[in-house]
Amino acid sequence: MIKAILSRIAQTALVVFLLVTICFFIVHALPGNPFEGEKAVSDVVIQKMEESFGLDKSKPVQLLNYWSNLFLTGDMGMSMNFKGTPVSTILGQSFPISFQLGLVAMIFGCGIGMPLGIIAALYKNKFPDYLAMIVAMAGICLPAFVIGPLLQLFVAKPIPFLNIAGWMQPQDILLPALTLGFGVAAYIARLMRGGMLEVLGQDYIRTARAKGVTTSDIIFKHALRPAISPAITYLGPAFAAVMTGSFIVETIFQIPGMGQHFIDAVIAKDIFLILGLVLFYGILMGLANLAVDILLLFLNPRLRA
Amino acid sequence: MTKIRPFSHLLILFCLSALLTGCFNQKNSAEKAAEEGMLIVGNGNEPKALDPHLVSGVVESNVLRALFEGLCIEHPSDDSIALPGAAESWEANDNFTIWTFHLNPMGTWSDGVPVTAQDFVFAYERILHPDFPSEYASMLYFIKNAESFNKGEVKDFSEVGVKALAEFKVEITLKSPTPFLPEITKHFTWLPVPKHKILEFGEQTEPHTAWTYAENLVSNGAFRLKKWRKNHYIEVEKNPHYWDETKLKLNGIRFIPTKNINTEARMFLNGQLHVTYQMPPDLIPTANEDYSGETRQELYIGTRFVRANVKREFTGKREVRQALSLCLDRQSLIDNVLQGGQKVAGSVTPPFGSYKPKFKTEFNPKKAKELLKLAGYDDATSLPEISLLTTDSGMRTAEAMQALWREHLGLRVRIIQREWKSYLEMRKNLEFDLMEGGWVGDYLDPTTFLDLWIESNGNNNTGWGDPAYEALLNEAELIQDQTARYEKLIQAESYVMGALPAIPVYHYTTNYFISPLVKNWHPLLLNNHPYKFIELATE
Repeated sequence: MIKAILSRIAQTALVVFLLVTICFFIVHALPGNPFEGEKAVSDVVIQKMEESFGLDKSKPVQLLNYWSNLFLTGDMGMSMNFKGTPVSTILGQSFPISFQLGLVAMIFGCGIGMPLGIIAALYKNKFPDYLAMIVAMAGICLPAFVIGPLLQLFVAKPIPFLNIAGWMQPQDILLPALTLGFGVAAYIARLMRGGMLEVLGQDYIRTARAKGVTTSDIIFKHALRPAISPAITYLGPAFAAVMTGSFIVETIFQIPGMGQHFIDAVIAKDIFLILGLVLFYGILMGLANLAVDILLLFLNPRLRA
Repeated sequence: MTKIRPFSHLLILFCLSALLTGCFNQKNSAEKAAEEGMLIVGNGNEPKALDPHLVSGVVESNVLRALFEGLCIEHPSDDSIALPGAAESWEANDNFTIWTFHLNPMGTWSDGVPVTAQDFVFAYERILHPDFPSEYASMLYFIKNAESFNKGEVKDFSEVGVKALAEFKVEITLKSPTPFLPEITKHFTWLPVPKHKILEFGEQTEPHTAWTYAENLVSNGAFRLKKWRKNHYIEVEKNPHYWDETKLKLNGIRFIPTKNINTEARMFLNGQLHVTYQMPPDLIPTANEDYSGETRQELYIGTRFVRANVKREFTGKREVRQALSLCLDRQSLIDNVLQGGQKVAGSVTPPFGSYKPKFKTEFNPKKAKELLKLAGYDDATSLPEISLLTTDSGMRTAEAMQALWREHLGLRVRIIQREWKSYLEMRKNLEFDLMEGGWVGDYLDPTTFLDLWIESNGNNNTGWGDPAYEALLNEAELIQDQTARYEKLIQAESYVMGALPAIPVYHYTTNYFISPLVKNWHPLLLNNHPYKFIELATE
């Protein structure tokens, strides 16, 4: 198993390396100059800016510099948009916030999605199933920019201790996490329902029922563990995606997270910030997938063979 | 089946706690902040930097105005008045070319180090230095030899017209008479920077050092930087070393980078902000009715216009540009599309004070068709399809204009919407027939608009240039009498409007929410509110 894990880590490293390298060339191919502004910037100033960020060198040299700085000194470069701010500072400030938000969103997502899926499976083609699947469908179909403002207007506004937006008090995490978690909950509910239905149709469940095992024991002792596998497979990448923030949720709720940088950095053509984000996201995604693989090994003994 | 009763208990507990909190906690965040003397301002976006020499935007200028103080500062209710800032007094020679500013000896940086004439000389040398990548050094081109030094033609800074005559005395020699120099010195490019701190973290011309980090930044304004969390907030607090500290009404300001205009409005209406940066256009009509006491609609010294690429065959013809202008029903565009109380633009420079441009645009499609015939386009079929470059924020206006030109001239206009950096690149390379754009004045003088149309000006972006026009501007530059100077500039304005490299559409307004708790926040054409005078009522 150790060998398998090590090989996965090596694969992840290779993927991240290729991802950042390809991204480097794509970013350079984007139209526009990172140093252009609303007011005209002279060519001399642009040239000076390019020199100070090392963009005057050839692309392979730039790429080599990027990797060598990263490996030797851990330097991810400076942001071009937030002039003079190291990329590591930006990630260091924004990731913990996205992480907290993502964690609570995942708790909401699992907390709502799993029971919904289980209930739907237990009452297949009955009212609770339809209701649960309507909620799940709504979660998939309704984008965050609809749910977010609805929560702001109909939940935050009437409740005095909830703010519309902002990140100043502990309860400010609730609504954005709910918005972010709703979509996750919807997917989990559907995957959970599917997994559960498949397991509930198995012979050993029928045997358990025949032996008079209670419904709750059937669900929690016998069905849940195998039924949860599809949801776990989805949870890994979803975890990485949710942890790195969401542009929409962050701008709607005024949250200083990481998600908005993914969009803003591309619009501003902030080369080092884009590379830093891709690197970070790539590593996180690799780790999340690795964690899922390990978790599945524990959940499903057949995979260990 | 397992029962879900515990969940309902939790729900009831949640609602009860919400109600209880509500009963005991009647005041909203803005009211509580007002009691603490903390102004909460929506600031539109995250500042790109807090180094006055590296920035060029409004968002940054709003924070810098709290932190730093130039030679002169803004008056709370009149843009045309310059109040003493770092300089307690100033005088000029007879032809307004040599200005002497006497610094306030009480002026200190927020670490207690005195602000001296050397800080100003150091600052102006830094922003103008050819090795320093300042985007906005041209704001100092009023100074003798500043432009040549910035472009590397003059090597020695002692040849530039800035001198420290004594510890607290700065002499500025200008290239031409500028009676309004004190107003220019309010601009953030003219702010001093702490020489001792900049040199502590790097060399004078090193652009991205740690001196502006929250823990290092020292400033000479009414407030000093307390906290700076990216995309979260910037908090400034009263500067205990400020020379006029006893007169300050606020204890601090929190700037929130409110990128989403709808969220910003909702935050204000929920009592989380005292002032918003802007207002969603869709909300303006409702806000004017339902929140009239908290809604402001004020003139702003800026103009929206359509640049024409005069290097292209069709838009290169003056009659065509005039025809395009004559088909714009500007009032209808304002009333039905923009709805923000904007003013019809008669010329590119908005009228202000005693400056009243004579040229006036009009809506006359019949005349437009005649002009097109004159240009050799007899009917709609002979017209080419042209492009109109815009960004997402300009789409509504672009679509409205596209419809107007189609309706009145039969002209087919293809809208090209690009994201910001591509738009800027296409603008610079003149890759358009028409381009939607705008300009906001940096100071209250017509030249902030008229200089745009100088051929070598980087913001011209039309390909247009005319030596006769530039001669008029040069003549005006030498006139000391303000009335005679304005007359000459009005003449220049009429000249450029006759050629019409840019078709004026409307003059900007600022629409925003402001809490009745905020006092002394008056309408200002430049929209640069001096926080020093702002007060917060507690009831």
